[in-house]
Parts: sequence; structure tokens; C-alpha cells
Amino acid sequence: MNKFVYLVLFLLLVLHQDFWLWDDARLVFGFMPAGLAYHAGYSLVAALCWAWVIKVAWPRHLEAWADEPDDTGGGSE
Amino acid sequence: MISLVIVLVYLLALLCLGLASKFFFRGTSKDYFVASHSIGPFMLLMSVFGTTMTAFALVGSTGKAFQRGIGTYGLMASSSGLIHALCFYFIGIRLWAIGKKYGYVTQIQFFRQRFESNRLGYLLFPILVGLVVPYLLIGILGAEKTILGMTKGMFPHTFSADPDWIGAVPPWLSGFVVCAVVLSYVFAGGSRSAAWANTFQTLVFMCMGILAFVLISNKLGGLHAAIQQANPEHLVRTPSSITLGSGEHEFVRHVGVPPLMFLSYMFIPMSVGMFPHIFQHWLTARDAKSFKLTVIMHPVCIMIVWVPCVLIGVWATGSAAGMPPLTDDKVGAVLSIMVAKLIHSPVIIGLVTAGILAAVMSSLDSQFLCLGSMFTNDIVLHRAGPGRYDDRQIISIARCFVVGVVALTYVLSLLAPKNIFDLAIWSFSGFAALTPLVFSALYWKRATKAGAYASIVAAMLTWLWFFHLSGYGGEYAVGGRIMPVALCFAAGAIAMFVVSLLTPAPHPDTIRRFFPK
Repeated sequence: MNKFVYLVLFLLLVLHQDFWLWDDARLVFGFMPAGLAYHAGYSLVAALCWAWVIKVAWPRHLEAWADEPDDTGGGSE
Repeated sequence: MISLVIVLVYLLALLCLGLASKFFFRGTSKDYFVASHSIGPFMLLMSVFGTTMTAFALVGSTGKAFQRGIGTYGLMASSSGLIHALCFYFIGIRLWAIGKKYGYVTQIQFFRQRFESNRLGYLLFPILVGLVVPYLLIGILGAEKTILGMTKGMFPHTFSADPDWIGAVPPWLSGFVVCAVVLSYVFAGGSRSAAWANTFQTLVFMCMGILAFVLISNKLGGLHAAIQQANPEHLVRTPSSITLGSGEHEFVRHVGVPPLMFLSYMFIPMSVGMFPHIFQHWLTARDAKSFKLTVIMHPVCIMIVWVPCVLIGVWATGSAAGMPPLTDDKVGAVLSIMVAKLIHSPVIIGLVTAGILAAVMSSLDSQFLCLGSMFTNDIVLHRAGPGRYDDRQIISIARCFVVGVVALTYVLSLLAPKNIFDLAIWSFSGFAALTPLVFSALYWKRATKAGAYASIVAAMLTWLWFFHLSGYGGEYAVGGRIMPVALCFAAGAIAMFVVSLLTPAPHPDTIRRFFPK
């Protein structure tokens, strides 16, 4: 998989820890506390990131593999 | 009475929809357990999202925001949006491919073969069942409480035997009706019925959450006025304490979220990677492409449900809401109190109650079905060996187990202690602690049978230790800041890594079988 994908996902995990907004009581659009507005926006950014990940790193081979007949002769329990 | 009629109409509609899906039932066990891998993108999104969202999505989120403030969203919702999608992408799609190729319908079938161990299934089975059962009970008790609150005083003469019933539909009756409705459609159509019903339920609870949000904000004078009157300490995440109540009823509420708790809470949503009922939903997907919509839209669906509920919870802290000083064990009532106090409409009360029931039942059906599937496939069919039962017999066995599981859960719900709700976070933490097992099974060729045993044992022992320290339930953080799930997860991951490296690698055939080139 594209290493850039891992980097973007790691960055997304880091951005979840918005320590700079912890005590920010400002209101965005006059009704959303800044910390809540940030995380609502974060949810949308996460969705966009996943759309991008699916575009650039979709595991096509898995679907084809799942449809191939099983030639391994069962498990080795 | 109008509100009760609305709830009954909702239950009837759900029942009809679930039973209607039986007309598409193909009569095979594969159709009963995994809908013959035929569920498309939209229904997969709705059924997976509905299953991951319990009553907590509407009721708990509002209560938690009332208690801790806006930090609730980042703590539980935006983190889930990211981590759930991560599990769907990295675990779900791969398990779907493996499950489809080898005909698995339960997790244990996969783990037994991947780790070349029959006994691993017998170790994992009671752990998975033990972690699902409290989760199921919470759903049934949540439904009972919701109906009890809505019908308070409606039947002063009929239901007066117990003062706790307050003239409302008693819990034994509402629990019975909820279990009977869910059982009817799961019994009839299996996972296809569950997927159809979940889609309907998810749409209902999403719409009802938005409806409650719009109506409550209007009553409080609009979005700006509603937030202006809220307690300022709930608008930030800085930890603080406020004193509520008076006299002997005085108590301290801890508002805000410590940063380390915020960080370590990220491990809890990993539980979806090991939920047996989510595994079964993944396998219903028609193709791998069906996952695309679920992966992308899951964070957005979470936002649509949680942002309004968190705002309602924060608004409830203000004087205009007129909320009594609720102790932490009663904050789950915030949404219903806000609806009852501010809206006064039995129609809206009925619709919101239907929404809460939809959130509860969308998880219950999948859990009942998955337990029935596990008993059938991992115990009965596994012990009997292949070819012993034909498809019709397998479906009959599965249906018998589903009936047995529902009946047992219903009886347990009558006996369950009232603090069963405190077990929710521990159930999720237990599943999350097992995630290193599934992740290494899928991505690390060197992961061995001994490593798998060590990972399960280490994760469960640390979980049991922290569960004991918590006093067997309730919120507990190590040093007041770190969620125990992070340490249980680490113990499971380290045990898997170290023991796998110290033991012989899996057979090359096993590697070839589970790691497509």
C-alpha cells in the first residue's frame, strides 16, 4: 500500500488530539463551541480522507482472490 | 396514550418489514447466516452503522454531554468515526474476502484455521459470549426504561402491583414485547431480515434525533440563545468540578476531559474489529466494493446523530432547560426530560421514543443472530463434523439457538442488577483488548498459535484486573487519566509479538491459505 496513505492516517490520528482548543470557549457560527465545531469538521475531513484512501489504495486483488476456487485443500487444524 | 400508539405502530411496521424480507429467503443456511453475501452498499452502511450505535447514540450521548460537556463528541464520536472506518477498511474487507472464500460465518471458524488450533475456539467462545451478553442486557433494560418513562401514569389501575411501575407498562412486559418482535423477524429471515430491519431502524433513529434537536432548539429560542444559556464550563474540555444539589443531596460533578483520557479513549472504538455481530454483517456484503460507502460515510453518519445530541445535552445544563440536578447515574434521562418539559406533545414524545427503541433494537437483532450462529457453527456443527446435518437441519438448529438465546437473555434481564449499565464500557474494552489478535491474524504471517493464546490470556487477565479495581463496573481510569483499555490492548499486542517470535512459525500451507499475494 501507498506509504503516503499510512502517513495521512497517522496525521489524522494526531489531529484528533486538538490540545490547542481545550479551553477555547468561542462560538463558531454563533452556536457551536469551538471544540465541538472542530471535531464535527474533523468527522467530515475523516470521511474525505477515507474517500481518498479508497481511490488510491483500494485492495482490488482481494475481491478477485475471494472469487477464485479454494485450491489449498482445507485447513490444517 | 397517543405516544404509546405511535410506539406500537413503529414496532408493528418493524415486524412487518422484517417478516416481508422472508419472501427473499433462499432456504439455505448460508442465506440464514450471511444473506448469501447479497447485501448492497446502502443497506450495508445502514445495518453496520445501526448495529454499532446502541441506545447510547441518542440517550447516552445526551446524558454524557450533560455530564462532561462538549468533550463527549471528540471522546466518543469523532474518534469512533475514524477508528470504526479504519477497522472496516483494514479488518472488515479482508475478513469478508477470507470468509467468502472459505465459507466462514463466524469469527471462531476463521481463528481456528488461521491459528491451526481447534481448542482456540473453545477458549474464545465463552469470552466472546460473555462480553456480548452484558451488551445485550443493556439494550433490553434500556428499552424497558424508555417505555417505563414514556408510559408513566398511563395505567394507574392495571399496573399498580409494584410501586416501581408508577402506573406504567412494567419492564417485564415491555422487555417481552421487544424481545418477541426482534425474535420474530430474526427467526424468520436470519441475517437478511436483520439487515432490512436495521436499515429501517437506523433511518428512524437518525431522523428522530434531528427532529428532537430542531424542536428543542426552537423552544429554547434558537441555536444561539440555546447555547448562550448553557453552563460555560460545559463549552470547553478543561477539567473542572461543579457542586450541584443542596443539603444532604449535594454532590460534585466532574466536567471536562483530561487530555490523557481523551487520547486513551481512542482504543475503545477498536472493539468493532472484534464484535462477532459486526463480523457477521461484514460477511453479508455482496462484494468488496459494497464496503466503500460504509467506510466513507460512517464518520458522517456518526456526526449527524451525535452533534445534535451533544448540543441538546449541553443546552440542558442551562437555566432555561429547567433540568433538576441529576446525579451521574440518572443523566441518561436528560433527552426524555428535555422532550417532555419543552415540547409537551405526545406525538413527538412517541416519535422520539420510537427513535430510541430503534437505536436499541438495531443492535439487539444482530447480537441475537450472531449468538445463535456461534452456538450452531462453533459448537454443534464443529463437534458433529461436516456432512452430519443437511441445510434444513442446520437452519432449524440455528433457529432453536436463537429462540434459546432470546429466552435466556429475557430471563437474565429480569434478574439483572440495576448497575448492569456500568458494564457497557467494560464490554467494549474487552472486545478492543482482543483486537491485536485479529489484526495480527490478518497482517502478520509470523503470528503463531501460541502467540494467539498468549494474546487472549494477557488481554483478558489485564482486563479482569482493571475490572476488579473498578469495583466490577463503572467508569475507571488508571491514575484518574488513562483508560484501562489502552493497557489491556498493549498487553495483548506485546504477548502476541513476543510469544509468536519465540515459537515456530505457522505451517506454510496456512500462510498460503490466509495471505493472498
